[in-house]
Amino acid sequence: MAMEMRLPVARKPLSERLGRDTKKHLVVPGDTITTDTGFMRGHGTYMGEEKLIASVAGSVERVNKLICVKALKTRYIGEVGDIVVGRITEVQQKRWKVETNSRLDSVLLLSSMNLPGGELRRRSAEDELAMRGFLQEGDLISAEVQAVFSDGAVSLHTRSLKYGKDVDLSCPARTRHGFAPSSTHLLTYPEAHISQLGQGVLVQVSPSLVKRQKTHFHDLPCGASVILGNNGFIWIYPTPEHKEEEAGGFIANLEPVSLADREVISRLRNCIISLVTQRMMLYDTSILYCYEASLPHQIKDILKPEIMEEIVMETRQRLLEQEG
Amino acid sequence: MASVTLSEAEKVYIVHGVQEDLRVDGRGCEDYRCVEVETDVVSNTSGSARVKLGHTDILVGVKAEMGTPKLEKPNEGYLEFFVDCATPEFEGRGGDDLGTEIANTLYRIFNNKSSVDLKTLCISPREHCWVLYVDVLLLECGGNLFDAISIAVKAALFNTRIPRVRVLEDEEGSKDIELSDDPYDCIRLSVENVPCIVTLCKIGYRHVVDATLQEEACSLASLLVSVTSKGVVTCMRKVGKGSLDPESIFEMMETGKRVGKVLHASLQSVVHKEESLGPKRQKVGFLG
Repeated sequence: MAMEMRLPVARKPLSERLGRDTKKHLVVPGDTITTDTGFMRGHGTYMGEEKLIASVAGSVERVNKLICVKALKTRYIGEVGDIVVGRITEVQQKRWKVETNSRLDSVLLLSSMNLPGGELRRRSAEDELAMRGFLQEGDLISAEVQAVFSDGAVSLHTRSLKYGKDVDLSCPARTRHGFAPSSTHLLTYPEAHISQLGQGVLVQVSPSLVKRQKTHFHDLPCGASVILGNNGFIWIYPTPEHKEEEAGGFIANLEPVSLADREVISRLRNCIISLVTQRMMLYDTSILYCYEASLPHQIKDILKPEIMEEIVMETRQRLLEQEG
Repeated sequence: MASVTLSEAEKVYIVHGVQEDLRVDGRGCEDYRCVEVETDVVSNTSGSARVKLGHTDILVGVKAEMGTPKLEKPNEGYLEFFVDCATPEFEGRGGDDLGTEIANTLYRIFNNKSSVDLKTLCISPREHCWVLYVDVLLLECGGNLFDAISIAVKAALFNTRIPRVRVLEDEEGSKDIELSDDPYDCIRLSVENVPCIVTLCKIGYRHVVDATLQEEACSLASLLVSVTSKGVVTCMRKVGKGSLDPESIFEMMETGKRVGKVLHASLQSVVHKEESLGPKRQKVGFLG
């Protein structure tokens, strides 16, 4: 058995560790960014008393004439087309409420959910009553953001690859639904990936650390698969042997996962946590390099501060070499 | 207790992992997460300690005040515990239940003759004694609260410095209490026999030490064992709505004793090392 107690060590500032020359311009709410009125103001700023003032705590970014402040720690802000991983918090009349680390709970409508067997039909009253049979409180799903609600009218699409085209199940303007403003609507994303998630490990990180990429579903060569949700929820699971399309992924596989797969999953989880602690962007290459750098160490040692620094330093170097 | 909701598949994954002695973060069933201990973090207390165990963050402050001894124990001082849950999950009154539960557990484990030598806290019998008010502040809850709190309480008691006082008798017989002039002249408590709590959660057919919030959500029953540094069990308590087999209780107790001894040894070495760094050491505190 292992037991380690130590005295705390003060953290070194990030720029010192990286040896960067250019320091980021960090601001807190209320700080003046510039008194020059020639700039256009972007997100995170407001104009007050002839000066541009920051409204969030973060780093200033300037693109030609546009100044904006990118917040260091925010909740997830939905964009159409993002892949998110969420947890069901409530089952309501024709929809589920999903927690996605955003300001308001996201909504998954019954009509945008794939029925098992891939049927395409209007959802009936029996479907409504059987909602809890599909998804219960506590279940994890992976889905795609369809619309970011702001005024009340909603049009939904389900996309089924079997047919190779969009099937339009648009609903009439739902002005009386009582949606709270800017709640995100989710759509399940079949594409031979199970929408309801089975066995695996969930890691919650800050949404700003997940890099936007073409695809967020990765089958890593080390033996596990990972879904990098844009909302900061990362799902690590054992790679399924064969893709299940028929069942629509509602029957979770509850057989024990082999020890080798478990070790890979635990190691990946610890690697992701160490990357996040050192504020590195998460994408498939960085996770893979970090995994390879961590192989000489034991899985439980990866979370020790000095080993974490060493591994992430090595990952950073490899990434720089690859780019440069 | 603050808890997370998990899906059935996640719970199954955790339970199977524990069976094979490989938990989600790679630890074995008897491994603790990395613990950080720092004493003397709060300047206006007689003793304080801060313990970080994974995501669990505990701050303990000990204040020594003068009071009258209890009627049934006129030659001894006593300890009072108070626990405050300051985490966002426990907004408003939510943390009161948990706070009283933890405080009652602390009272129980200290409720024996040998944990703390209360006679050293007596100033004059039946009239004056030292009362140690131990305040526990829960800054962040990440599973395994009882263990972290008991480690912090022991470290804070080790760090406590009680001013040395003398009782002077006048000619008329009235007593006067005099504080010594030197501010560093103080008495220290002996924490040799102060127990620490080891929580053993039963998950599936095995039990784990130092469970995270997710693992606690999968466990139906846990056993809290309070162990001293010599491996003596001072008190035991079962929590949770599940049931425990008498044989598994025995096994869990043995594990608790074994783990407790190692826990005490590590804590002793860390606080002694910290003390040996002297008053000039770099304090990390809350902004480090």
